[in-house]
Amino acid sequence: MGEYIVEMQGIVKRFPGVLALNDVQFKLRPGTVHSLMGENGAGKSTLMKILAGVYTLDEGTILIEGEQVSIQDPRDGLAHGISMIHQELMFVPELTAAENIFLGRELRNKAGMVSKKAMIEAAQKVFDEWGINIDPSAQMKTLSVAQAQMVEIAKAIAFGSKIIIMDEPTSAITEREVARLHAMIAKLRAAGTAIIYITHKMDEVFAISDELTVFRDGTWVATEPAAKMDRNGLIALMVGRELTHLFPKSEAEIGDVILEVEHLNRGRQVKDVSFQVRRGEILGFAGLMGSGRTEVLETVFGIHAAESGTIKVKGKEVKIREPHQAIEAGLGLLTEDRKKTGIMGVLSVRDNMSVAALSRFAPGGILRKRQIEEECEAQRQALALKTPSLNQQIQNLSGGNQQKVLLSRWLLTDPDILIIDEPTRGIDVGAKSEIHRLMSELAKQGKAIIMVSSEMPEILGMSDRVVVMCEGRLVGEVSRAEATQENIMELATRFSEEAVA
Amino acid sequence: MSNQTPTTSSLQVIKKGFQLGEFVRKYMIIGILILFVTALAILTNGNSIEPVNLVNVIRQVSAIGIIGVGMTFVIITLGIDLSVGSILGLSAVVAASLAQVPGGALVKFQGIDVPVVVAVLAGLGVGAFAGFINGVLISKFRLAPFIATLGMMSIARGLAYIYTGDGRPFSGLKDDYNYLGQGYIFNDPNQPLSGIPVPVVLFVLVAVVATFLLNYTKFGRFTYAIGGNETAARVSGISIPRVTLLIYTMSGLLAGLAGVLWSARIGSGNSTLGTGIELDAITATIIGGTSFKGGIGTIWGTVVGALLIGVINNGLDLLNVSPFWQIVVKGCIIIVAIIIDERKNSKKS
Repeated sequence: MGEYIVEMQGIVKRFPGVLALNDVQFKLRPGTVHSLMGENGAGKSTLMKILAGVYTLDEGTILIEGEQVSIQDPRDGLAHGISMIHQELMFVPELTAAENIFLGRELRNKAGMVSKKAMIEAAQKVFDEWGINIDPSAQMKTLSVAQAQMVEIAKAIAFGSKIIIMDEPTSAITEREVARLHAMIAKLRAAGTAIIYITHKMDEVFAISDELTVFRDGTWVATEPAAKMDRNGLIALMVGRELTHLFPKSEAEIGDVILEVEHLNRGRQVKDVSFQVRRGEILGFAGLMGSGRTEVLETVFGIHAAESGTIKVKGKEVKIREPHQAIEAGLGLLTEDRKKTGIMGVLSVRDNMSVAALSRFAPGGILRKRQIEEECEAQRQALALKTPSLNQQIQNLSGGNQQKVLLSRWLLTDPDILIIDEPTRGIDVGAKSEIHRLMSELAKQGKAIIMVSSEMPEILGMSDRVVVMCEGRLVGEVSRAEATQENIMELATRFSEEAVA
Repeated sequence: MSNQTPTTSSLQVIKKGFQLGEFVRKYMIIGILILFVTALAILTNGNSIEPVNLVNVIRQVSAIGIIGVGMTFVIITLGIDLSVGSILGLSAVVAASLAQVPGGALVKFQGIDVPVVVAVLAGLGVGAFAGFINGVLISKFRLAPFIATLGMMSIARGLAYIYTGDGRPFSGLKDDYNYLGQGYIFNDPNQPLSGIPVPVVLFVLVAVVATFLLNYTKFGRFTYAIGGNETAARVSGISIPRVTLLIYTMSGLLAGLAGVLWSARIGSGNSTLGTGIELDAITATIIGGTSFKGGIGTIWGTVVGALLIGVINNGLDLLNVSPFWQIVVKGCIIIVAIIIDERKNSKKS
């Protein structure tokens, strides 16, 4: 056996329109904990899904214990001793822990029938050996996330896996459970199992890792021993890109406070969030995926019900329980997921554009078709929308043009406050800068704009002020002048569970 | 922005080709109707296109058509209403019981004589109320439309049986009531079957009003928007529960209207009336181009769909084909219609 248990070389993975991994390498030593770091979309999870057989690679080679292998599906991965514990745990909730461990390779008795008893005994043996305190005959749905995680680990052990991949295993468990998980990882490591650990939490990384590999924008950046790294050095590696794209951000006059949100709460995703935004201002919401940015703004907009908190528009408190109340109060929300919550695919461009402003277009319930036609046509020209006609089904337009139609949808309601969640996700460069130009324009007109973005350059290029979220809390605020990739990333990874043993 | 012009004009060219395909798809159903009418006219030596026969066909499908109009709204929003046939039956017995000529042996309410208008309104009200309950179950209790209306299908039919008691229909109805099903307007007194049957007039009226609602009002846009993408519609400020409630209430109301017309047509209120008509209405709606995937559909399409069903049934009658075959043919039509719908929409995604 060579020095490495896994060697991945020249890995390339393409998704439609995106180069997810570009000539990436990764080497894993047996009996070590190796952490993968990087921003959202850096390629960590994609690479691991290739190793586990969830995705297949387009180019490159994988060597396991020095031998080249082909991994086409998760069964191939398992056969080569690779188990992946996904961020969203995958199990059958109605079955017992033991049955989940032996899912697909159920133990049988002499008559060839599936034997629950044999499986429970075998599971109990694994649990005893590894100090897992769970009843193997308990239904999975009755277990906590941390317990279910342990069952998954036991499953990997029962499979005889030598490589266990854990994708953000601590994103949904408590501090004590984290400590228990880390103790388990130490045990596995001591037994010679290699652990690949994906996380955003800096403290954990330094507490448990032997080595670190950093990815950025689908490329490999560095692999270093953890002992040689510190927090700031790691952040610099993660974000160290040059800002090449020019943002058409023009200075707008910043006016009065128009929206104030105070002590907003909703479950784990929104914890005591307070912020305000002024006329003419573009407020950027930064944070890692799952940090609660979208949830905060969707709660403000009435898509989810807030548990507590107040919202004031122009100094007056408003009750928002449903989106139509938010619209009446002068808000607009261009949602994150264009296809799921934005476009009405089979409807025409005209219908998609005018739908949020129908109360204006149809006083008394009867449509003013000429007015709709004129205003939609004006939008089409102002936004340089590329569509053969307003009758065209919106699903036949390109992503960038769909996004323009959705922007028009909100412009037609003439909102005072426009929330735009991922304004340029999945659209081409040309349309991107046009949308940025429009946002600048709107701010100039005295509208307040709140922008959620996972793209650091966009946050830095467009925001007058940036607020950063982590674990549902608003952890910091930086002005346009102060904002850098490094200080935003530092805030975004400021997790509450600082002390990790 | 001036450099956009070439792109725009090249798109204009594409637009023409695109619209030809669109045109064919949109109006294919009319072509099919003409084809069937012509074929049957040839096969029956022109008997099938005698005016009397044509008027008769339209009258036969008026109940399917009226219910189909409500079903169009329902299916556009990705719903389904299985209860319309039962609601028709319940409305028919309630209205008929109140429209009986007093004094007969089989009169439900001895000694009570209400104006025909009240009987009609009661029939419509019962239908609207049952539809309203469907709407509440779907919008407030979040039941799947299939389940909610399946329940109502059973409930309304059961109530119709209970209401009739011994199962005998309510007959001996007042002339004014029967006029709604049997009468004609623009009738030449010298020719008893001339003019336009009242149910046909009402069918046309319902279709016109519904077309207006769907195309010229906010409610109509909301209907399409919900079918196009319910979440997006909600984010755009549409109150989904309110629109859903209205649509199912309307579907119930129209089933009630069909119940009144049908009982008036046959001069009695029978608790089994309308059994299975929900399937005819759904068939008419789907072959009329309303998509089972939501967001697409027209009233005129449903009207043509209903006519097509009527023409085929009538043609097979005239050709002395067994009525059992008519059922088989109907089944084939709905399957073909769904296949066309699938292919139309799968091309785009």
